[in-house]
Amino acid sequence: MSTGDGMEKKINLTLKVWRQKGPDKKGKIETYRAEDISTDMSFLEMIDVVNEKLVLEGGDPISFDHDCREGICGMCGAVVNGRAHGPSKGTTLCQLHMRHFSDGDTVVIEPFRSRAFKLVKDLVVDRSAFDKIIQAGGYVSVNTGGVPDANAIPIPQEKADLAMDAAQCIGCGACVASCPNASAMLFVSAKVSQLALLPQGRAEAPTRVINMVKEMDNQLFGNCSNERECEAECPKSISIVNIARLNREFIKAGLLSNEK
Amino acid sequence: MNWVTTFFSTSVGKKILMSITGMSFIGFLVVHLIGNLTIYGGKDYFDSYVDHLHSLGPVLHVFEIGLLTFALIHVLTGAVLTFQNFLSRPVRYQMNRNAGGRTLGSATMPYTGAILLIFLVFHVLHFHFADHTVKTTFEIVTGYFVNPFYAGAYVCVMIVAAFHVSHGFWSAFQTLGINHGKYTPMLKILSLLFACIVAAGFGFLPIYFNMFI
Repeated sequence: MSTGDGMEKKINLTLKVWRQKGPDKKGKIETYRAEDISTDMSFLEMIDVVNEKLVLEGGDPISFDHDCREGICGMCGAVVNGRAHGPSKGTTLCQLHMRHFSDGDTVVIEPFRSRAFKLVKDLVVDRSAFDKIIQAGGYVSVNTGGVPDANAIPIPQEKADLAMDAAQCIGCGACVASCPNASAMLFVSAKVSQLALLPQGRAEAPTRVINMVKEMDNQLFGNCSNERECEAECPKSISIVNIARLNREFIKAGLLSNEK
Repeated sequence: MNWVTTFFSTSVGKKILMSITGMSFIGFLVVHLIGNLTIYGGKDYFDSYVDHLHSLGPVLHVFEIGLLTFALIHVLTGAVLTFQNFLSRPVRYQMNRNAGGRTLGSATMPYTGAILLIFLVFHVLHFHFADHTVKTTFEIVTGYFVNPFYAGAYVCVMIVAAFHVSHGFWSAFQTLGINHGKYTPMLKILSLLFACIVAAGFGFLPIYFNMFI
């Protein structure tokens, strides 16, 4: 369906959205029509359009997480047609554009599902379990003082690149959502790798990896079974090479350090 | 001992247990298959191999106890991991699609593992605990393999085993942190190759007995 100028394309969709009023309420899939949706819109803008109509009709708008809408904050996220952040590879939900859908499509939208991510409302889930893991060791302890000179600590470019690859993780939770076991290993491994690869993070590496793995288990995430769904769905394309690094760090910390 | 229990009670620790025991089973499968290939040498050749193996005496018993211990660790840890994974997502997705990471082998690990466990119980009962005084091992093997039901079931289970090791092989390396662009692609190919060797190497035995003996 094209508009007058022949450039902008508009499509109509049927949305099947998980609606749940609160954490302890019973939820169900509700059907909505998304009409005259420009294919230039992002997925979240499409929901905005549906919500505006819902509000005008006196209904309750669909709650969903979002913030920067630039694909860098890790706030947005939902499972679209069975895929975390939708069907496009290496893309957050806010950067998924409606041109990837066809007129007449039915789109099923569900929240990220995991025992560790409590549902707040509709598509909004509480991902503070990730914050607890970070609090357990995802940092470098430094004494306050003057800013160190740039390049005072030599870091090989290859190591810096690997650390930056891991540091791309935005903590969105897509790895947990897409993992058949709802495991958080990709997230934790990215954080462990990012710091363990750099000299500033090495000093605390054994304590960090053990504490972060223990906290991940405490938060009731599932166990990694190397199915690689996380790597395939990660909007930042974080590799499971990081999970192998976490495993190495964990074995090293367990066998060669005094950490328990 | 406290650090040992703490280490192996974590999710990563349990996976390390699965990895080490699984790797040992891969080693066992290689030795078992090499032994089984002596069947193609005929009755005397195979029975002579069995006699030589049994002449190892206590060494063999140590290996048997080791394998049994590893099997118990693998099965019990696998059961705990599967149960925890089942609990980790109480509300399932209405629509679930794979992103391309999963394989048939990886998605069915607990189920193929359970089938292999059931098979192993019968396998050990049929061959290990069989009465070796009245029949030679070759005659016991022949007795089962000429039975079409047993032969068919055996071939099917070997295909199941192939799927299990197709994921288990490279996954065991990944769990131990052995993953690098230099050799992981080769490990994945080796994984599939080893799965084919298991399916063909073991699975062809009953077919050979039914068609050529």
